[in-house]
This record gives sequence, C-alpha cells and structure tokens, in this order.
Amino acid sequence: MTAPAQPLIVGAGPAGVRAAETLVKAGLRPLVVDEAPASGGQIYRQRLVADERSSTALYGSEASKAETLHRDFAALAGRLDYWPQALLWNLRDGKADVAVAGTSRKIAYDGLILATGATDRILPMPGWTLPGVFTLGGAQIALKAQGCAIGSRVVFLGSGPLLYLVAWQYLKAGVDVAAVLDTAPFNAKFNLLRGLTLEPAVILRGMRMTAELRLRGVALHYGVEDVRVEGDRRVEAIMWRQGSRSRTLSCDGIGYGLALRSETQLADLAGCRFRFDQRDRAWLPESDAGGRGSVPGVYLAGDGAAIAGADAAELAGERAGLALLEDRGLAHAPERAVAIERALSRIGRFRNVLESAFPFPAHWAKDIADETPVCRCEEISAGEVRRAVGNFEISELNRLKAVSRIGMGRCQGRICGSVAAEILAGETGRGIDAVGRLRSQAPVKPIPLALTMAATGGAEAAE
Amino acid sequence: MSRRLDVDVAIIGGGLVGSSAALALRGMGMSVALLDKGFCGAQASGVNYGGVRRQGRPLEQLPLSQRAHAIWPRLQALIGIDGEFLRSGHLKLARDEADMAALEAYAEVVAGQGLGLELIGHNGLRERFGWVGGDVVGASFCAGDGHANPRLVSTGFASAARRAGVHVLENTPVKGVTRNGAGFALEAGDDLSLSARFVINSAGAWADSFAAAFGESVPLARIYPSMVVTEPLEAIMTANIGMEGGGIYARQVERGNCVVGGERALPLDDPDFSRPRGEGALAIMNRAAELFPGLRHAHAIRFWSGTEGAIPDHNPVIGLSLTTPGLIHAFGFTGAGFQIAPGVGEVLAELVRDGRSTTPIDAFTIGRFAPVPISTRTDRGSGAGEASEPQHPRETRS
Amino acid sequence: MPLLHRIARKSHPVIAFILDGEPCEGRAGDTVLTAILNRSEVLRVSEFSASPRAGFCQMGACQDCWVRLEGGERLRACTTALAAGMRIVTAKGRAA
Repeated sequence: MTAPAQPLIVGAGPAGVRAAETLVKAGLRPLVVDEAPASGGQIYRQRLVADERSSTALYGSEASKAETLHRDFAALAGRLDYWPQALLWNLRDGKADVAVAGTSRKIAYDGLILATGATDRILPMPGWTLPGVFTLGGAQIALKAQGCAIGSRVVFLGSGPLLYLVAWQYLKAGVDVAAVLDTAPFNAKFNLLRGLTLEPAVILRGMRMTAELRLRGVALHYGVEDVRVEGDRRVEAIMWRQGSRSRTLSCDGIGYGLALRSETQLADLAGCRFRFDQRDRAWLPESDAGGRGSVPGVYLAGDGAAIAGADAAELAGERAGLALLEDRGLAHAPERAVAIERALSRIGRFRNVLESAFPFPAHWAKDIADETPVCRCEEISAGEVRRAVGNFEISELNRLKAVSRIGMGRCQGRICGSVAAEILAGETGRGIDAVGRLRSQAPVKPIPLALTMAATGGAEAAE
Repeated sequence: MSRRLDVDVAIIGGGLVGSSAALALRGMGMSVALLDKGFCGAQASGVNYGGVRRQGRPLEQLPLSQRAHAIWPRLQALIGIDGEFLRSGHLKLARDEADMAALEAYAEVVAGQGLGLELIGHNGLRERFGWVGGDVVGASFCAGDGHANPRLVSTGFASAARRAGVHVLENTPVKGVTRNGAGFALEAGDDLSLSARFVINSAGAWADSFAAAFGESVPLARIYPSMVVTEPLEAIMTANIGMEGGGIYARQVERGNCVVGGERALPLDDPDFSRPRGEGALAIMNRAAELFPGLRHAHAIRFWSGTEGAIPDHNPVIGLSLTTPGLIHAFGFTGAGFQIAPGVGEVLAELVRDGRSTTPIDAFTIGRFAPVPISTRTDRGSGAGEASEPQHPRETRS
Repeated sequence: MPLLHRIARKSHPVIAFILDGEPCEGRAGDTVLTAILNRSEVLRVSEFSASPRAGFCQMGACQDCWVRLEGGERLRACTTALAAGMRIVTAKGRAA
C-alpha cells in the first residue's frame, strides 16, 4: 500500500523539532528525517549513551532549552514518523530519496520543511589538515557528545560567539586551555554594547565567560593574523602574528572556526531560488518572513536558511510550520506568527551586532599561501586554484570547479566552496557576490554503490 | 553604444567542435569569433562521460574518427595540456552469445579500417581483465582507444583558441543571424553586431533553431544521460568499459575515481537543464557494483547529467548548408561526439577554406532528412541514441 | 600518544575492536572516531599526498574521516557507533 503523502521535515534540530511540533498540534502527521541517532541537532546533540555528567554540565546555561527540546520531541512519538540515522540524498520532482538502514526509499511528500542546519566556516591556513585541528563545532561535539577533549593543551582560534563558548566549556571540563586567539581586533568587541538592548542575557553571558577565562589565566589574544599550525604528523604548536609581533604557543589540539555557514544543498536540489547575503557572505535560499521558499510547498527554517542561532531556529521552525498550515488552509495562529516574526527580526538585528563584533577576516583569502591545501578531499592547493583561474581565464565558480576539481570531492564543497569563491573573487578583482555559486548535485553526501532501492516508499513501509 | 566586429568566420557554440574549429581556422590565418550563450565547454562537451572511443562507431564515422584519433595524443602540443588523455584501450563486453556474435560481426565489418580490434573469449577476459566480474562471456578490445577529461579538454581548446587570437565571446547568445550580401550579419549579446563571411552552426542541442532560420529542418531531439562518480579508489579498471547493447559504461581516471554511466536523466522545468533520477542513478550504481567486484563497497560521491542533441539515425549533421552558401553545420552527435570532435574541427576549417573536406562526410549531410516540421521535436528526447553510449551530457543547473 | 582524551565515560562497559590488526578497547557510547583517536593519532591517510588525517568537523559534513573495515566496507567514523568486533583499517590510502 502506498502511504499517503505527508509533510516531510529534514532535520531534528531546534528548527525541525519545533516545525514538527507545530504540525502535529494541528493534527498533521509529518515524517521527520534526520541524520543523527537522536534529536537535538548539533547544538543540542545528545550523547549516544548516558554518562556521569549532568545536563547542566553538558549544555551550561542552555541546559533547560536542550532538555525541553528533547522532551518535547519525545512527546510527539506516535503522532509523527521519525527516521533517525537517515540521509535524504536527493530531491527531484516533489519526491525525496532517503537512505535508511541500507535501503533507499522514495518519499512523496506534501510540503517540505528544510531545517538542515549549519557547519563551521573556515579559511585554510598552513597545517590546518593536521590531526588535532578540529572545527569549533567538532571540538564541542567531542566534548559534549563523546566526553573527550581534542587535546591535553588546547588552543581555540577564530571568530564568532562559538569561539568563546567552546573555550569556556573546555575550561569548565577541566581541560588546559592554552589560549583563545580571536581574529578580530579587541575594539570590535565594543560593538557588543549595542547588543545589550536587544539580547542582554546573551551579551552578559558572553561577558561572564570571557571574564572567567581571563580569571582562570587563559590568554586572550585579539587581532591575530598569519596563523599557521606546526607539526609533523599532528599538531605540535600554533604560530601567529599580532601587529609586528610573531608568537608561538605549543599545544596538541586546536579548535578553529570563523562562524558558521548554512547547509543549503537540499534547498538547491529542491529548486529554490537563491540570493546573495552580504552578512553571511553566502548565497542563501530566498524565503519570506514565514520561511516560504521560492518553490511552493518548500519551507526553510533555522541556520540552514540563514545563520541566526538556536533560539531563532526554534522560532523559525515553528513559523515555517505555521506557514505550511496556512498554505493548506488550516488553522494557523496568525497572531503567534506575527509575534515570532517580531522576535526573529530582533534576533536578526542582534546578528548584525555579532557580525560587527566577530567580523569574518575576508582579507585572509588573498594571503593564503600557494602551497596551502584548500580542498581537503581532492587535495587542491590555493596555488592550483589560482593557476586554474589564470590558465583558463575563469570568472565563474562552477567553471572553476570544472577545471580545478575544487568542490568535486566527497564533501561537495561544504568546506572549500566558500574559500574557492573568496579566492576567485580576489584573483579577478570582483566582489564575492559576482563569481556565482556552486550548483549542488545529488547525492548530497556519499552513498554506497550497492545501496538498494526499496520496492515501496512511504513512512509505513519503513516500519 | 553597440560594438561591431568583422570576421572571416563566426562560430555559434563554444563546445569542443566550435572551439577546435576556431583553433584550426586561426591556424589557417583567418579571423574568427567564437560565440557561446554561456561559457565555452560548459555544455555537453565539458561534462560528458569522457570516452575517447572509435570502437562501436558506424562504419561511415570511422574515417573522421581515425582523423581525430591522430589528434588526441598531440593535445599537449596543440592546446598546452594533455587533457588527462589516457590510451587505456576500450573493452566492449558481451553478456551472452548473441552479444558476442554482434561484436564479431562488427569486427568483420570494420576490418581494414585500422581499429585493430581483438576479440577475447571468456578465459582470456578473466586472465587479462580479472577485475571484470558478472556474467560476461567475452569482449572486443580496441587497444588504441581510451578516455580523457572532458572538462579540461573542452575548456582547453577554447583557451587555446583565445590565445591564438580568436575573439572568444562568452555569455553572448546569438539572437539573430541573417544573410547579408556575400556574408552574414549576426546580432549577439546585449550590443554586439557581427559581420562574417562564413557561419559555423555548432550550437549542439540548440543548433536546430539556427538551421531552421535558413530553411533547414532537422529531427533534433534531446537526450539526458546520467553519470555517477565514485570516491577515489586504488587502481582497478585498466580499460574504458562499454557494453554491447548499452546499459553501462565505466572508466577509472588516474586519480582513482570511477565514472559510471548508463541510464537516462530527465529534464528539469527548464528543459535546457537536467538532473539524474534517483532510481536511475541507483540502477547504474548497483550494476557497477555487480559488474566490478572491486567497486562492491565503493561510494558514489556525485551525479551529473546534461543536455545532448540527438538524431534518430545516430549520426551527426556535418557539412555545408544546402540552402545557404557560407553556412556550415556540425551538431547532433547523439551521445558520441567527444572523440571525433577535434577531427570535426579540422574538417570544418577545410570546409571554410576549400569548400570541401579531405575526409569523407557525405553520410552526415543535412539533406538526408525528409522535411520535418519543427513541432514534432520533443523535449523529452525521441529515444534516439538509446543503444549507443551517451557521451555528451551537460552539467545540470538548478 | 592518542589524539583525544577521555574526560567522561571512563568506566563505561568495554567494547573490543581491532585497529590495524591490534586488539583495542573502546567504551560504550563511542563513535568509531572516538574509539580510534583515543588509541591513535591518525584516522586515515589522504589519497593523493598520503598525509595523516583525523577528521575535522565531527558532524558528518567534511567527509574527512572515512575508514574501512577489513572486509572492505566503508564507515564514516564520526557518525558511526563503535560495535564490538569491528576490524578497522586506517593504514592505507585509496580504498580498493
């Protein structure tokens, strides 16, 4: 029997969970597909098994939000279909291909809410592929979900609120934090004062964390430039320049990130129109205040739509759910929708403040040494990218991919795509918004050649 | 303000055929404009499978194919890169005795054409190509065939043409082309007026509208092949693989990735663009995992598709227009243009200079079609080329 | 010296596995990445320059932590739970 088409939600993080809850409350039965084994997304990721640490130890001040989200999603059991550890690898013609438990299922859906989240944004530096260098998100997952530190003496490097949060979490867990290296100058932090009226609690929490790091003797360095990771087979030290001073610090683990970048591959495969977002320096799927994408029936919520953080993701997930209900002619709480939009707008203004306090060091791109690898998968260096631009007179990103292989590897440009755009923009003397965007291709993540197609699709068939 | 350009030859379509013709014409001292509505080599020529294969082509294509065969090993000298051309040999597999008989019959027909085909039985296959598994009874091997990287070769020809002095005009769609005195007048892009003594129509799947503008109708349909590439693997496949009767083709690049094709993709809402169907790609993947034991655990990391012009008799249109002096056509390669394209470029240059080619191309005349009304053309493809190995998809765009 | 250091789950039940032929122990709740990097400093060797790698994003995005089982099966180490008896290979470059 063919299952009736149901709304499909991709992602069980803050946005996906709230979207699911909104639909269930209205009497719909969505299918939630998520790659992780349990709900929570990356920010509220759950451990594979319980351990001796309390929820507060794990999630800090956000413990109650995490617990509530996990509990609320668990309470939906029986009223939705939930496929954890499932990869939605292709979207076409209003149907999804989902690999779950070694079999691929074709899912017809009626309404698609994409809550695909984000990953760390980076710029390459010498030594960044050495064992011991992880993204800030990776360092946080190691600690929270796996109960492991990424080293015995750890340096945190980059920009964005996550930099100080992860450093503080490591400190709290008893790990030796050797330093926090902030790529932004110290005076950029004064911009945070403008955020006090918008999100006072967030600002104060950040100030408390920074103060505690200082108090416990963690060196905080601002305006770091020319960073390189030293080591033979693994991280041994980090070097950087501050003004005219060169500095070196020995360490065996580095958490690195320059804020986040949205996961937009599925929105692309769904046919959504994209716009260039100056704040995120990225092409993002267009959406209206309710999260409606340019394709009817496709909704976008959370960091996968634009970077706004976990609180905004919960709100945006609910708002997208309401939009879907409204578009179906169901009761949809318009006054709640207005309140959410107002809150999201305030968070949006707060994001602008954060961006000015934690600016992306775009100028690094032109200084990436030619021998530094840009693409981890295909091992393409910055010099090879630049030579491809010159030799073939390339002016557009997909053409650069065609002749240099950048973005063609296993990760499909997740890590290197934005870097390639920065380099191409630099080499051709144009804005990053003028060099195009990488077109997504299925499968959005690697799938086995031997993956078999199930005879029937639908949520019922999988159970 | 509008720009003006006067050239000897205007080429519509910067694929491999147009780019190689441009380069050859510059070599003859002519002034050339190469126009593309997007980027040169970004269409069918640049994202096809990459088979450099003479084996399996109909007899009438072989002189042209042999001419191209001589060009491939000279790419470094010709365009400055080798295009990752690898003379690996092309191994065409037979699933059963009927397939084998077909391979034997083909070998007999093309004997004397210089392909050097070698028929291999089951045991020989196991001995020399042990990495081929599955139910295969034998094969035909063409040691001189191989494969190359279409992304580099197509872009490389366009870049070489540019360096040689061709006016390469990208993102410049030709909006109109008309006879004007002894030559042609073209309107292109936002503000470009071109005059040319000759026009080459190498516009691929979009070429039929230019032919129609001069009263020549061609049953040009569209096909959308479906490609899969694996993660980089240890060296497994030593030859470019085809299958008698179609179904799968596969090659391994030097970096280790295996490229596998064999199904049809479908167009998107805009029929200029296409993307593989999930089930089609899975079918190819499963087939590859079965046929090549070394790929049993491999992962697919990317699919792609493209838009290819196809003609029901599987042969391209190459030659002088029958209605309009100075107009020359070269399109409709029906999934098998990559290998012969550099040879076609030379032939087109001869046609411009001499009005005739030293390589026989009569079989490809545009006059071979009964007049066909344009409306019978479908965007879904006519089924043309179903049995051939599609080699000219074009990367999709969403 | 291993890359990762346990600060929790130290006394969780042991899960025995084989790493490049050597018997090893992980803990209940480990991912394959965690289990390997609590023992070793390398997860895999890159295909083209044979440089050591140990994952990067730990959230299934960067695809830089694929390892193999002796039977040839591929695992993305950061998103796969360790199972008893896994025979994991990290030493070779390109997979066969």
